[in-house]
Amino acid sequence: MNVAAMLRRPTFWLILAATLAFALLPLRGDNVGLREDLLLAAVYVILASNLNLMIGYAGYVNFGNIVFFGLGGYLCVWLVNSHGWPLVAAALSAGVAVSFAALLFGLGILRLRGAYFALATIGVNEGVKAFVVNFSPWGGSTGIYLSIEAYKPLGGPAKALWTIYFLMIAVMGLSLLLSYGIKRSKFGLGLRAIGQNENAAIVLGVPTRHYKALVYSASAFLPAVAGALFFFKSAFIQPDDAFDLVLSTEAIVTVMLGGQGTVVGPALGAFLYEELRGTLLTSQTFSSFQLVIAGVLLLLIVLFLPGGLMGWIHRRWPRSKQVLE
Amino acid sequence: MTALLELHGIGKRFGGLEAVADLSFTLGEGEILGLIGPNGAGKSTAFNLINGVFRPDQGRVVFRGEDITGLAPNHVVRRGLARTHQIVQPLAAVSVLENCIVGACFGRENLPLRAAEAVAREIAEFVGLTARLDEPAGQLTIAGKKRLELARTLCARPVLLLLDEVLAGLNPAEVERMLGVIRKIRESGVSILIIEHLMQAIMGLSDRIIVLSSGRKLAEGRPPDVAANPAVIEAYLGDASLAEALHRKA
Repeated sequence: MNVAAMLRRPTFWLILAATLAFALLPLRGDNVGLREDLLLAAVYVILASNLNLMIGYAGYVNFGNIVFFGLGGYLCVWLVNSHGWPLVAAALSAGVAVSFAALLFGLGILRLRGAYFALATIGVNEGVKAFVVNFSPWGGSTGIYLSIEAYKPLGGPAKALWTIYFLMIAVMGLSLLLSYGIKRSKFGLGLRAIGQNENAAIVLGVPTRHYKALVYSASAFLPAVAGALFFFKSAFIQPDDAFDLVLSTEAIVTVMLGGQGTVVGPALGAFLYEELRGTLLTSQTFSSFQLVIAGVLLLLIVLFLPGGLMGWIHRRWPRSKQVLE
Repeated sequence: MTALLELHGIGKRFGGLEAVADLSFTLGEGEILGLIGPNGAGKSTAFNLINGVFRPDQGRVVFRGEDITGLAPNHVVRRGLARTHQIVQPLAAVSVLENCIVGACFGRENLPLRAAEAVAREIAEFVGLTARLDEPAGQLTIAGKKRLELARTLCARPVLLLLDEVLAGLNPAEVERMLGVIRKIRESGVSILIIEHLMQAIMGLSDRIIVLSSGRKLAEGRPPDVAANPAVIEAYLGDASLAEALHRKA
């Protein structure tokens, strides 16, 4: 795609501004509480934005999308713990490895369509989880603990947490740019053709098989890096946390809430959902109630707002399509 | 006349049904070849075998001297063989313009987005869709959708065009307009293989006609000869007086 043309679009600058705001806001007064809150929001945005490449662009519902996050986390923690790799190298390698695995898996399971594909993706997540539970080098069902030594190269735990935060925000910014770049490219047009009518797309010449595998692989890379950072920060990873289908489902809800197929929508949905979730989790009456809310939200969106928040905004103010893509 | 497309004994079975059997024919460069036959004769299946939607059980498909048997549809269109669908297949939520851009992007010339848009606008003008460019394709009338089907395939800059009942469902004025477009396409040097039920139209348009019945080739020849062929009249036209009327027309 044309980079110069992209620089002239408001959406590009909006992505940059939002990323910068995330990075700078907690710096004021060393606000660790806000930092932790925004870190989690960033994780949700990363998951939603990359999942949107599959759901919103190619029209394939990946129910087991969390497998990328979990596998990235495991690879990174293992490389750091057992092989003494530095964080950035471990996280990037985890991303590349997971992305490559997704490419191979994708060529297989993307022959399936609709509900069968969605079921297969759950199968992938559960299969990988079952493998990890039985894989002793990764600690089986007890998982892997990182020793405090792991944070030494980053200047100790307190400083490391800030570094991880900034890296996570960078991954968030890259996720949004990737989504935007794909949307405005020939690749993105081909994906949207697939999402609309796959049989017509292939007859029109879209290399559907390769495109689907490619986008599946692309949607795996940054979530895997995010998982790597997240579990390095937790200093602990176990199968139940890494391959949690609840988070997978929440990612789908956030994509639908914000508006599938748009660049800004999934990020907006993820941010709003995470803030709501945070409020509910900390309230006495509603602890763990967020899943009920998520379920009701999904139902309401599918029934009344199939285009999500962005769909509603675009309908209400048609000119906003130029600014908020 | 050099052969552009050659079918050598292609066949396809669906379970117990022999949809196409031992079908062979040749289409020359610059030719309009009509494919007719009663419903279920295997015409659309033949198209699907040619452009790779289905892989034939037997036989070979040769396009511009290259064996393209079993090649996936996206590879076939890249080689310059594009097709329309009998049942229109618009990318419904995407604009008419973007539908055409998809055709140009992934067609024979494999264009980048911007160049594809220029081609898309030019072709939309040619088929008369310019006023509808920004509308979602799903909102077009049936005639509009038929024209969009044609436009998208033309955006691929094909050498050979397979047209599957592009006239069905159109009113007489729209049929006339579409026929004009098809003639212009041929004049631009594109060869055409066309399936059509509208006898009058296909008899007037085609250089040669092939008649299919139950998946097999029943007759082949110039329109008047085919219309006069007793086997064709019996198996397909049924009504001898209609046949006579067509004969006069042709």
